[in-house]
Amino acid sequence: MKFTWFNLMPWPHLPEDFREKHRSVWVDIPSSLYDPKKGHEVYNTYLDQLEYADSLGYDGIGVNEHHANAYGLMPSPNIMAATLARRTSRAALVVLGNSIALYNPPIRVAEEFAMLDVISGGRLVAGFPVGTSMDTNYAYGTVPALTREKYAEAHELIMRAWAADEPFAFNGRYTQMRYVNCWPKPIQAPRPPVFIPGGGSIETYDFCIENDYAYSYLSFTGYKRAQLLMDGFWDRVDEMGADRSPYRAGFAQTICVAETDEEAKELYAEHVNYFFNRCLHVYPGYGDAPGYRTIKTIKKGALSQYTRSSLGALGKLTWEELVADGHIIAGSPETVVEKMKELITGLKVGNIFCLLHVGNMTNEKTRLSTRLFAEEVMPKLQNMWPEWEHDERFWIHPMEDARQTSVPLAATGGAE
Amino acid sequence: MNNLTIESRMVDIGTQDRGRAPVEVCEAGQGPDLVFLHGAGGLMPNDRFFLALAEQFRVHAPLLPGYGNSEGEDALKDMLDTTLHTGDVIDALGLTGAPLVGHSMGGMIAAELAALAPNDVGQLVLIAPAGLWLDEHPVEDLFAKLPFELPALLFHDVALGESLMTAGMDLEDPEFLAEFLIISARRLGMAGKILFPIPDRGLSRRLYRIKAKTLILWGANDKLINPIYGDAFAAGIANSALKVIPEAGHLVNQEKPAALVDAIATLVNAG
Repeated sequence: MKFTWFNLMPWPHLPEDFREKHRSVWVDIPSSLYDPKKGHEVYNTYLDQLEYADSLGYDGIGVNEHHANAYGLMPSPNIMAATLARRTSRAALVVLGNSIALYNPPIRVAEEFAMLDVISGGRLVAGFPVGTSMDTNYAYGTVPALTREKYAEAHELIMRAWAADEPFAFNGRYTQMRYVNCWPKPIQAPRPPVFIPGGGSIETYDFCIENDYAYSYLSFTGYKRAQLLMDGFWDRVDEMGADRSPYRAGFAQTICVAETDEEAKELYAEHVNYFFNRCLHVYPGYGDAPGYRTIKTIKKGALSQYTRSSLGALGKLTWEELVADGHIIAGSPETVVEKMKELITGLKVGNIFCLLHVGNMTNEKTRLSTRLFAEEVMPKLQNMWPEWEHDERFWIHPMEDARQTSVPLAATGGAE
Repeated sequence: MNNLTIESRMVDIGTQDRGRAPVEVCEAGQGPDLVFLHGAGGLMPNDRFFLALAEQFRVHAPLLPGYGNSEGEDALKDMLDTTLHTGDVIDALGLTGAPLVGHSMGGMIAAELAALAPNDVGQLVLIAPAGLWLDEHPVEDLFAKLPFELPALLFHDVALGESLMTAGMDLEDPEFLAEFLIISARRLGMAGKILFPIPDRGLSRRLYRIKAKTLILWGANDKLINPIYGDAFAAGIANSALKVIPEAGHLVNQEKPAALVDAIATLVNAG
């Protein structure tokens, strides 16, 4: 199993009446709600937590990309990963990912990812999302019906740039370059492991399976709701004649660990409520720009979380209902181990993106939950897929004798 | 009103061997030929404006790929592709030179065509056309609207809008909704290639090329594209006149079909 500690980096200071006063946490949320001086504390606390996760033995630490979004404060995940590359020396840097349709020219991604891989000694996991409609179409202005072909072209350019030993010309519809010449190149040759976030577009299944990329379902609705979608993925794996390595797939899960089930509710319920009520308050008109999904995917009816009216209803659920329906996995280490086993075997996934910071959770609580998961839960989940123990296609291959960077602040105990 | 019915046929645009799909053309009426280019919402069922036009003209309304049975939208990536495709369709119909009428997105395509091929378009009618952008009067974002928000955005008479836009729809029926989602994604997916995120593909730099005698029509209460854009089109097209229709919104053609047809007939009959 590979556990990646993931922080969405939400803005923790959304007002009580946010839902009533504003229609969306994303795209048109007024930036007057952001306070840069408080933001200084927020960013540094979140980065400390990622370093702390590295020190506790998580396999990966994860960052992602969103725009005009108050629950995801990382317009540039590569800046975050760059700070982590210098202050950690063991965990994979899971950048999930760069929305390659939004970089002009997208060779920029090949270059920056290569820089991260080189600085970190070969610890980069390279994520290539198509990007949500909110980010890609509404916030960044990409034409919805052309998003996927722009993405495909950018992907081709990046992979060719990494693989090539000589400059070459690239005549695309969206990018034309007379001299494609990627300096530096990544340590992990010909490419770092690639993760593709997906939300139910069936074209993405095939793309991952054909290229040995890990399909990563980043849902906020929990593992029980994910069953149909992940079954669809594994059916497609079988149809295409690929092997069933669990490392082909990953899942993001909100997890809250305390000493007891009761304590979990007491400590974390308010923060979970903040997440579902304020962070996921997205105006449905931004959910799915017409043309963003292919007709084939719409016909299949397996649409992402944002198109379901049920998402808005999550904020109304009680703690007990959220736990019972698997939207969150919460409780004592024993409870969490049992539920995690259900998730891992049910969805057949080898990669878990652990959402252990939730909403406006305080630093102390985040570290408690993070430590308990690392010490009491992770060790009991290590041997879930013994037959695939040596499958190295989907994870990092750091160089030997990479430089050990300075001891992270978090490991000195300074912030605890 | 006579008992006109709208007929539809598939027209080969002569390039099937290059992978271009035939297009659906809706037609009705007797009289001089006239080409109508629909807006981003497509033709309505028993379209009131179409039928009113057909009382005086032989109306030919090609459906843009992505609309109705017209396919091949994947091959159309941008404004030039779309404009040339429309020109090809009009050519295939043998209607080059016929009066050209376009509403909203269709008005944008008509204006582009008249600018691109100024000697092929003699009479041009632009009904609340898209295609320009004024920072002081941003066009509303049609692509971030929920279905229930549309009547108030598109109509002066919101009750009329609601009854027209939901005619024949059962929004409680999941199967209908699924079908509606597909139709809407096809249509607006195509429309987005020339309208998203800002409906400006450089037309302002080309308006001067239009030689056609041009009539610009606008609903006085257009909440999608402010009627002030009518002045911008009139200023950009040499031989043009603007007529603002009171008590009408962006779908002025559905709200005031008779007034529009009168104005169009006057233009066409003046030769």
